[in-house]
Amino acid sequence: MLGRTANSLFWMFRYLERAENTARLLEAALRMALTRDLVAAEAEWRSVIATLGLQQPYEAAHESYDGLTVWNFVLRGSSNSGNVRAMFGAVRSNARQARINISSDVWEAVNDNWMKLDKLLSRPVGQTAVGEVLGTIRRAGTQVHGAFDGSMLRDEGYHFARAGTFIERADSTTRILDMKYFLLLPSLSYVGSSLDTGQWEQVLRSVAGARVYSWLNAGQIEARGIVEFLVLDDRFPRSLAFCRSALRENLAALARMHGVDGQAITLMRDADTRISHLSVDQIFDQGLHEFLVDFLARNAAIGQAIAGDYRFHA
Amino acid sequence: MSAEGSTFDEMFDGNGNTRPAYGEYCRWFGEQPGEFLNRKNREADDTFRRTGITFNVYGENEAEERLIPFDMVPRIITANEWRRLSRGIEQRVRALNSFLYDLYHRQEIVRAGRLPERLLRANDAWLANMVGFTPPGGIYTHIVGIDLVRTGPDEFFVLEDNARTPSGVSYMLENRETMMAMFPDLFSRIAVESVSNYPRRLARSLAACVPPAFTGGKPTVAVLTPGIYNSAYFEHAFLADQMGAELVEGSDLRVVEGRVQMRTTRGYKPIDVLYRRVDDEFLDPLTFNPDSVLGVPGIMDVYRAGGITIANAPGTGVADDKAIYSFMPDIVEFYTGEKPLLPNVQTWRCADPDSLAYVLDNLAELVVKEVHGSGGYGMLIGPTASKREIAAFRDKLKARPENYIAQPTLALSTCPIYTRAGLAPRHVDLRPFVLVSPEGIDITPGGLTRVALKKGSLVVNSSQGGGTKDTWVLKD
Repeated sequence: MLGRTANSLFWMFRYLERAENTARLLEAALRMALTRDLVAAEAEWRSVIATLGLQQPYEAAHESYDGLTVWNFVLRGSSNSGNVRAMFGAVRSNARQARINISSDVWEAVNDNWMKLDKLLSRPVGQTAVGEVLGTIRRAGTQVHGAFDGSMLRDEGYHFARAGTFIERADSTTRILDMKYFLLLPSLSYVGSSLDTGQWEQVLRSVAGARVYSWLNAGQIEARGIVEFLVLDDRFPRSLAFCRSALRENLAALARMHGVDGQAITLMRDADTRISHLSVDQIFDQGLHEFLVDFLARNAAIGQAIAGDYRFHA
Repeated sequence: MSAEGSTFDEMFDGNGNTRPAYGEYCRWFGEQPGEFLNRKNREADDTFRRTGITFNVYGENEAEERLIPFDMVPRIITANEWRRLSRGIEQRVRALNSFLYDLYHRQEIVRAGRLPERLLRANDAWLANMVGFTPPGGIYTHIVGIDLVRTGPDEFFVLEDNARTPSGVSYMLENRETMMAMFPDLFSRIAVESVSNYPRRLARSLAACVPPAFTGGKPTVAVLTPGIYNSAYFEHAFLADQMGAELVEGSDLRVVEGRVQMRTTRGYKPIDVLYRRVDDEFLDPLTFNPDSVLGVPGIMDVYRAGGITIANAPGTGVADDKAIYSFMPDIVEFYTGEKPLLPNVQTWRCADPDSLAYVLDNLAELVVKEVHGSGGYGMLIGPTASKREIAAFRDKLKARPENYIAQPTLALSTCPIYTRAGLAPRHVDLRPFVLVSPEGIDITPGGLTRVALKKGSLVVNSSQGGGTKDTWVLKD
């Protein structure tokens, strides 16, 4: 496979994942804002922009934080070059680049959803439409993954796409966790007492884990349990442990197919020796924020190493 | 010749009776409920959009992807008509290849006084560094599109030769797929020659032209595209996909150890045959346009040293020139020793003073074309042009007469299209696709029918609102 095509598959799925995660984040914030007073709601929308790392462009364009402005900025803002509409454009143009290495089912799922979303996002998204738009973005991800799973040859292209998915997903879960932890830091000094359970619930909702967590923990919402779930529980598909284990398999498969262990595998092993044995208590002892920042850097470095190992660029 | 009344309709004769080729189709058509046909007509558009069969148009603001409108009434050719056409096409394509070989070698045709040398010197597509070089297998035009028009029951003319990089074959293939998906019963009632193995034949024909540096095994074939923003990107991806070839861009390629190689996830891998959909001038920034990022620096040196086959060969565009076109009957006779089976459209070369005088006197009746133009741009259609347009064109013509040729306004045949108000005649042309390899000349039955969707319009180009139809050659 061409290095450029591998790059396209990798980024096609990173952008698809990013669009889906962004939609989930907005959905969770939307629900949160509905149940809060105006001040809390504003803080909520501010944290969405902060989680996405968009403070600078947002504040350059807007004076205050309110739902309508935030979601329009995130979904389609012209001063936000990384808006969801552009993400979907990137999914599609990467899919076009890799057209001969994806199945027709995958292409049609991408193209269909792009046509739908590009139209939906060509106009401002109002209060009554936003739910439907966010749902459509989520379902687009589901449909493409479904077509991919059911129709793609399990060759190197499959593993490049998967690697992109899991690197992006781990990145997203980490950022959401880190941002909430930062906002809630003051309350954590009273562990178990004045914890804002609503906020933590929202973290779970942002990664589609609220119901399953609740079921596993008999409805007990507490920081330690949630961090353990999102970082260490390898049964939950958006947890860091799950993403790492999936990525490990993808890297191993790529190495097997190419007959060489690359830099990415070395970085992965290095991260394994430092992270995989940690308990949730040890993570809290060394500092959750420090842990997450370290994780983000390692995750990003593995992504770059894949690009180098498999000649994504000339 | 331009009167509407004398237009030949391919489906109905002058008395409104169905011509034999369309007999069974029209019976089927009559049996279909109107609502069914309307629904199918709408579905066709959705199918094309979903599969992404689009071409890009560059407007004032941003690139836009458009569909080439598809009309669901097929254009039907009988087995007998096709036999005659394909003989004529084969003869013409054989002559074209001999002509190109001669032009880049001894130029016997110029020595014999049958073609003025100035036509070569004035020709932008002429490549001096092809002189004395013989491409692998002696093939210049691996893929040719011959544009045909019809004016009567037995009157077919060649309107244009496309020896450079003919496009549109993906529409021929997708139109048939769409028709078969929409109207399966139609194909069980009427025996139509298949077109679906074109990609396999193309792959075989390209693989038959390996360069001297080929080291054995399965030849590596790649399609070179300018990228996803090119108007024909869909077709490039489609053909690569169907052939099982790699789809490469200039940035994927590099000259390594005397071969053109592509950057794969495993390192650089040599390419044996490159089906390039990039124009000559962008092919090699070291040889041609130094600003080009679409090509491969050094590919021409590799080519001349036998390290790669380029299809079509660089420099074949010489034959697409409309001034050369006007000599095609002589060219066919010179290289085949036979009279041309397919006639040219009568053509006045404006470089010739007598012809120029005639053309200037008759602008309102003629079609005037730029010698190097393509895509229906830069032409004047006298009968539909305003007085002002004609006056403006007259000045251009006088300033550089050698840049133009003129032809009578042909009464192109019509074939009905489907409209909500029923069948309505529209002008059509036909582009059959021809593959040339050392094993011989291979013509896919039918080709791409382009149709002018506007009533009375003679311009069928997709860039100017033309559509396409599925083209059937009936089995005997």
